Amino acid sequence: MRFTRTSKALGIVAIAALALTGCGTGGGGSNDGASSAAGDPNKVITAYSNEPQNPLLPANTNEVYGGRVVNLLFEGLRSYDANGKAVNALADSIESSDAQNWTIKVKQGQKFTNGEAITAKTFVDSWNFAANSKNLQNNGFFFESIAGYDDVSAVDSTKGADGKTTTTPAPKADKMSGLQATDDSTITVKLAQPEADWSLRLGYSAFYPLPSAALADPKTYGENPVGNGPYKFEKQGSWVHDQSITLVKNPDYNGTRAAKNGGVTFKFYTDPGPAYTDLQSDNLDITDVLPSNALKTYVNDFPDRNATKAVATDSTLNIPGYNPNFQGEAGKLRRQALSYAINREEIAKVVFNGTRTPAKAFAPPVIDGFKEGIKGSEVLNFDPAKAKDLWAQADKIQPYDASKPLQIASNTDGGNKEWIDAVANGFKNNLGIQAEIQPFAKFAEVLNLRKSQQLPGLTRAGWQGDYPSLYNFLGPVWATGASSNYEKYSNPEFDKLLKDGLAAKSTDEANAKFNQAQEILFQDLPGLPLWDQARPIVWSNNITKAETGWNGEILYYGITAK
Amino acid sequence: MIRFILRRLLQVIPVFIGTTLLVYYMVFALPGDPIAALFGDRQPPQAVIDTLRSQYNLDQPFWVQYGLFLKNLFTFNLGNDFTGQPIAASLARVFPVTAMLAVEALAIQAIFGVAFGVFAGLRRGGWFDSTVLVASLVVIAVPTFVLGFVFQLVFGVQLGWAKPTVGANANWGTLLLPAVVLGLVSFAYVLRLTRASVSENMNADYVRTATAKGLSRPRVVLAHILRNSLIPVVTYLGANLGGLMGGAIVTEGIFNVPGVGNKLYQAVLRSEGPTIVSIVSVLVLVFVVANLLVDLLYAWLDPRIRYDQ
Repeated sequence: MRFTRTSKALGIVAIAALALTGCGTGGGGSNDGASSAAGDPNKVITAYSNEPQNPLLPANTNEVYGGRVVNLLFEGLRSYDANGKAVNALADSIESSDAQNWTIKVKQGQKFTNGEAITAKTFVDSWNFAANSKNLQNNGFFFESIAGYDDVSAVDSTKGADGKTTTTPAPKADKMSGLQATDDSTITVKLAQPEADWSLRLGYSAFYPLPSAALADPKTYGENPVGNGPYKFEKQGSWVHDQSITLVKNPDYNGTRAAKNGGVTFKFYTDPGPAYTDLQSDNLDITDVLPSNALKTYVNDFPDRNATKAVATDSTLNIPGYNPNFQGEAGKLRRQALSYAINREEIAKVVFNGTRTPAKAFAPPVIDGFKEGIKGSEVLNFDPAKAKDLWAQADKIQPYDASKPLQIASNTDGGNKEWIDAVANGFKNNLGIQAEIQPFAKFAEVLNLRKSQQLPGLTRAGWQGDYPSLYNFLGPVWATGASSNYEKYSNPEFDKLLKDGLAAKSTDEANAKFNQAQEILFQDLPGLPLWDQARPIVWSNNITKAETGWNGEILYYGITAK
Repeated sequence: MIRFILRRLLQVIPVFIGTTLLVYYMVFALPGDPIAALFGDRQPPQAVIDTLRSQYNLDQPFWVQYGLFLKNLFTFNLGNDFTGQPIAASLARVFPVTAMLAVEALAIQAIFGVAFGVFAGLRRGGWFDSTVLVASLVVIAVPTFVLGFVFQLVFGVQLGWAKPTVGANANWGTLLLPAVVLGLVSFAYVLRLTRASVSENMNADYVRTATAKGLSRPRVVLAHILRNSLIPVVTYLGANLGGLMGGAIVTEGIFNVPGVGNKLYQAVLRSEGPTIVSIVSVLVLVFVVANLLVDLLYAWLDPRIRYDQ
């Protein structure tokens, strides 16, 4: 059969269809607000970000890209200033005489951008919602200190035929017994046990208030959240998935974080490289993630348009206690030897170009209560002779099993390979043992092995603070049974000091206990503190000034546009 | 003719099942727990993880997972990805963008490739031919990502002729730069194919006949030489369209194009089986349809080709 007229038509239709689908999203391409009007407080700035992983509910957001949006959309009882100091925001006062029973006075006359009033009850309802296990909020455990949390967050565990346990929500109550709104302006909180630093965490996003619409239908609400913060969604559907989120100034906001620009458009990038190029051509205004090859050049590429500030993160090299080479007295000496064998100073300078500095403790210096020179912290110095000596001593007690090289597990993306190679070389040269990176393509693989206690060697570990408190860097990571204590380190003495610190009457007293607890960590060395990090940011010619907060998040509200 | 089309469309079924099964299995075999990986160092309560796992059927054996996926696919319910977004909606967002990019790149390589190829082929050994041959060799030798970065730096940053990235405003204009980068390598191949084919057909009997009949030179070139020379070119372009739709991961990454390649890359990073396989399913359809169109074009280009019997 010849190619007939109908079949020709068929072909044309198919081609036209292809072209039409192509046109679908084409026409409406709008300018992204990068007009060059000068000195405009209403100018919308553009910022680097990526697709948030969850609907934008504060208690459900536990990753940075959703977190930065949520922090701009909401205002909590307290907020943190640039140095990490907690200041009252929606709270008029927060008081407790025994660190267990707290009375919070809520500022009156505050509203969500949909007009709904914010009262003491708003907070109580929001917190009960977040803590309730059936609502599956990622940050639900932030309410664990409140009396009655156990009932609200209860779960059922069933063991399947294959021996795996499955956990399903089974709350026994709707409301935490320790949380009450006695009138419109008063919240009373009873904690399960005294916690001196409890009020510090009230600025964390899990504690933000939610309007009633959010509690009724969290999923729908999370697509178009309504808050009470310095910014609000520009319109319904401002979150264009995989592309951008546009926020505009909330004119009714009257707190300390008032916006100095007209709004923020978060542009999503799957890779920091293109964002850096966009910044060089003023097509993007600010980024806090630099491609690793730009770490050496960003100061020259953006003279007077960059800033680097310390952030509250920890990074350690963890040594699992189940490794036979690192058990008992010999293991203790070996852990010290490993620590002495790492030249932190040189690696920070050469590999990280000075964006990191050697660690001085198990908590970063930007945190209130940080103390340098804690007893035992001399193991953080580089001392190859001492390292060799300690290693030899350990060998006398119990010979080192050198049948396999000492492996350091890590995912190799994100520039981890370079510094781990350097650390492994330090072990090789200074201790005379074989050491190497145990590479993984993905972070998830390492995490799985850590959780199931199957790592053959050491592992890299990191922790970023949720709220600026010394306890937050010790409790969740090293306390017995804590949520991020994957290597299952346990020392009752350490646990007790933490508990004592929480029960202390004043923050100073509490911090003293926490620093005492660090002495135990330095004795046991379940992990070797490596470095403190600084976060470099760069900005475009459209911006006059920008800075980051205590946790490395850019203070978007304070950015002024030219 | 109709039977031919039907037969070709029926072939989609085994191809479809084979590719989805293979891809689904490969994602399934990836090590690590994708749900735990979503959260990194900050693990949510175990109930959240377990609920997500059963929501995405990750607690089921492979065949059950795959079966449920197929069932959902045939009831036009692709489900949600791990961030809770409907997969169908994200496909509807990314495919038009990539289709635009692919069509633009295809147009660039087809128009310029064929035009340059014809000129080069007609005057084989001339200065134009030699220059173009060397130039195309250079283009083929340079990897796409190098070309991408260089174009981005020169035209996007230094000269400022185009925006260096696409981002949220994907339209024919902003996609031009990535389309040029994407189309350039294939442009060189199209050019070389056309040139070889044209110079061969120039000495064919029917061309001499056409010239002897007194037809004008343009008519001889366009209707007789070019039309008969296009078969290998069209075959190549058809196969290329499938590649452009799915394989532009590098280019989409460099220019931050919110298209199929970027989505696929992220889905692979997250071990999101359903998203990956949904994208692959659409790509299979695109590939099959594109190649069917190519086969139908053969008959128009060369009337000697028949489909039935």
